Amino acid sequence: MATILDAKGLNKSFGAVTAAKDIHVAVEADSIVGLIGSNGAGKTTFINMVTGYLKPDTGSIVFNGRDITALRPRNITRLGICRSFQIPQLFNSMTVGENLLVGVGIVAGTGGGWAAAGATASSPAAVVDTMLDRFGLGHVRDRQAGLLPEGTRKLLDIAMAMVVQPRILLLDEPTSGVSADEKFTLMDMVMAAVRESRVTVLFVEHDMEIVERYTQRILAFYEGRIIADGVPSHVLADPEVRRYVIGEHVPAAEGTAGHA
Amino acid sequence: MAQLLAVVIDGLIYSSWLFIIAVGLTLIYGVMKILNIAHGSLYALGAFAAVSFTSAWFNAGLPAAGSFGMLALAAIVVGLIAGPVIERGLLQFQYGKDEVVLVLVTYALFLILEDLIKFIWGVDPLFVQGPMGETPYSMLGTISVGELTYPGYNLLLVAVAIATGLVLAWALSSTRSGKLLKAVIHDREMSAALGINVGMTYFVTFTVGATLAAIGGALTAPTVSVITGMGAEVIVLAFAVVVIGGLGSLGGAALGAVIVGLVRAAAVHYYPEAELFSIYFVMALVLILRPKGLFSGAEVRKI
Amino acid sequence: MKFDRTCIAIVGLAVVLLIAGPLLPAWAVSLANVSLCLGTVVLGMMLLMRTGLVSFGHGLYYCLGAYAAGTLENLVKVSDIALMVLAGAAVTAVVSGLLGLLLSRYREIFFAMLSLAFSMILYGLLVKSAALGSTDGFNISAKTLAGFAVDGDSRRVVLYSIAVIVTLGSALLLHLYLSSHRGRLAGAIRDNELRVEYMGASVRATIHVNYVISAVLAGIGGALMAVNIGHIDPEMAYWPQSGEFVFVAILSGTGSVFAPLAGALVFETIRSFAYEYSPNTWQMVLGITMLLVILFLPGGLWSIFKRRKAG
Ligand SMILES: Nc1ncnc2c1ncn2[C@@H]1O[C@H](COP(=O)(O)OP(=O)(O)OP(=O)(O)O)[C@@H](O)[C@H]1O
Ligand SMILES: [Mg+2]
Repeated sequence: MATILDAKGLNKSFGAVTAAKDIHVAVEADSIVGLIGSNGAGKTTFINMVTGYLKPDTGSIVFNGRDITALRPRNITRLGICRSFQIPQLFNSMTVGENLLVGVGIVAGTGGGWAAAGATASSPAAVVDTMLDRFGLGHVRDRQAGLLPEGTRKLLDIAMAMVVQPRILLLDEPTSGVSADEKFTLMDMVMAAVRESRVTVLFVEHDMEIVERYTQRILAFYEGRIIADGVPSHVLADPEVRRYVIGEHVPAAEGTAGHA
Repeated sequence: MAQLLAVVIDGLIYSSWLFIIAVGLTLIYGVMKILNIAHGSLYALGAFAAVSFTSAWFNAGLPAAGSFGMLALAAIVVGLIAGPVIERGLLQFQYGKDEVVLVLVTYALFLILEDLIKFIWGVDPLFVQGPMGETPYSMLGTISVGELTYPGYNLLLVAVAIATGLVLAWALSSTRSGKLLKAVIHDREMSAALGINVGMTYFVTFTVGATLAAIGGALTAPTVSVITGMGAEVIVLAFAVVVIGGLGSLGGAALGAVIVGLVRAAAVHYYPEAELFSIYFVMALVLILRPKGLFSGAEVRKI
Repeated sequence: MKFDRTCIAIVGLAVVLLIAGPLLPAWAVSLANVSLCLGTVVLGMMLLMRTGLVSFGHGLYYCLGAYAAGTLENLVKVSDIALMVLAGAAVTAVVSGLLGLLLSRYREIFFAMLSLAFSMILYGLLVKSAALGSTDGFNISAKTLAGFAVDGDSRRVVLYSIAVIVTLGSALLLHLYLSSHRGRLAGAIRDNELRVEYMGASVRATIHVNYVISAVLAGIGGALMAVNIGHIDPEMAYWPQSGEFVFVAILSGTGSVFAPLAGALVFETIRSFAYEYSPNTWQMVLGITMLLVILFLPGGLWSIFKRRKAG
């Protein structure tokens, strides 16, 4: 399969903290990749670099054969790389419907060049309705975004990334703040939406059950490095991953035994 | 050469005056994140109170030299009354609001105080002057530097400015309350969590800031005709000074005062038409080159 | 962008005001006139506030618009009212286009301060410009409109009619803009710039456009006011004038394009009564009102109206 995103030798430090160290990742089109790692491992930093919020100190990022390392977030978005946020970034004073309408408007206003494939001639309101349906947000359409419960905000945050019709979707902890029994519902919804528009997905997740269920490939981060990369069964069995990502406080030997 | 010397001396005198006015503003902003437009009114209040106090003194037939004490007393009385009243009566209910909303609150306060001043002192110009026309301004005689002569009163301004700056710098770096204050400046929430009485720091800071504004006004009163509207004129100047230096920075206020002082003096000597223009031109220029002023750090938001 | 109920209401109001003009007493026409001029400026302030920005220097454009109109008459000897107002709009468009390149990078207090600095630069220039009358400014006669003389008894009503058309026309266009995709970005930027950029729109470009629109509205308001009052001076760029615009915008609220117009009328009405009965406490009344609005009516006077309509 074709490589859609290629990160080559990314490094990033904040003072003494190394948030990314020699990151090499080639992502294949239409794949679904899980990013795991304990707190501060560098997962968000990776997403921030791919989407242009942070510039890597060294290294380059190539999307569909084009170097996007120096681009601003909005230009990267226009190329078709969209993201959600660990803490939902919404238009809090607007209703859920208006939040999505802003996105539809931007796509329409900028000529929809980057979204031409999916953007048929349907009216803005119709696009918003479709998104509301897909994410089960229809019943809160007219509620103010700032006053919604965290789980709903998370959903809306993801819907806002989807409304600009991405080719690659990066989700930063989509299920954090969502109650345990709703996590799978949420992921099912996201995956269904994603399948319909053929999007490559990278998502950060702390819940290994979810990672295992939805991904074909896992990247495990530790102190800014990728310590394991491969199919879920393989990565999740890796001793380093078990020690540094999964069984944080369990001594290496016991941890391996206990989970096996 | 002589003219250059004159520019420097004039500039530094003006800088001293600017520093006294601006330092309270920057202190309040640094600690409370309030850009206080009413600082101009507190300055005006100081000036008007100085008129009342000195004329009471002169009218009682007391020795003219004591009028200096009256200037100081006027400033302190204004600071110690207006500061606490404003902080307790109004500002304490506004903390945590958006910075721009806080500016608007102080703007409303400015409007109220402007009319309060008219109400108390009327709308006619007033002067700090004894029965024989003696004023604190003239009493200190003159000082000659080469061929240039300066009123001795200006030396007093320079001395007060330097003393104010040194005392504040020392208090911030070497006293216990100064260190607590720095902690509050650095991180308000953390300081509160650590048990620092943030409310009390705000109260003290605002009172000190208000007193500094009043000192500025009281010291200015003998040199000008004291009129309504003087606060409006001064507050933009003070804004220019603190914005150039970097809001909330003590060293910045000093640097800003020196820059504005010298620029204005140069304009007055070489191209008087540019007197006002030059000050705000420099302000805009600094903001363009260093959006947050000369003394300020950058910050990146984590997402 | 579509012609909705608000648009119809604006047009309807314009028609009513135009018809009512000749029937109203002179004082009411004068009051309405200044309110409309001020209202135009505040429409611009409202757009900025919707974008999350407060300018403490919009007097810059108010003054610039007035001086552009005045200079056209004094130096170029063109005293056609329409051309004078157009000159105000054109000059402010150019200046704000340039300054907007810089200001669109600034937010919050730094935006307010840099705006303030720019307006004080103009003030500093004007008070020392002997050719433009220094601190005294100069008079404007504005005698013609499209070749017809505008003077005598009809002058007041003609000026008023021009103000009605220009101000309500501006309100209509602004409303259409605000309900367009691009206009909706204003509120989005105020709420969350990061998300706007991550949806593919340029925050700076949008702020720049909104800044120019608001400046042009201030310029038009200034030019209209100059024609109306017949005199201009540098105080129009002095910071308390800018503060007054902020004041009226806060008082009005940003809920609808009608808010600034209503707010301006309320403000000018209070002002004309206060000037008459209590000239020395009028600022105090303003200050107290402003505090009350900030504390109890964060949505401005408009929110009272909205609440009643909803309830
Ligand atoms: N803007 C920044 N400034 C300074 N340090 C930063 C910044 N962004 C990230 N860091 C640091 O870089 C390291 C990696 O952070 P990152 O946010 O990428 O971790 P993460 O894997 O997303 O963790 P979490 O699971 O807690 O979200 C951390 O030590 C963090 O403190
Ligand atoms: Mg993270």
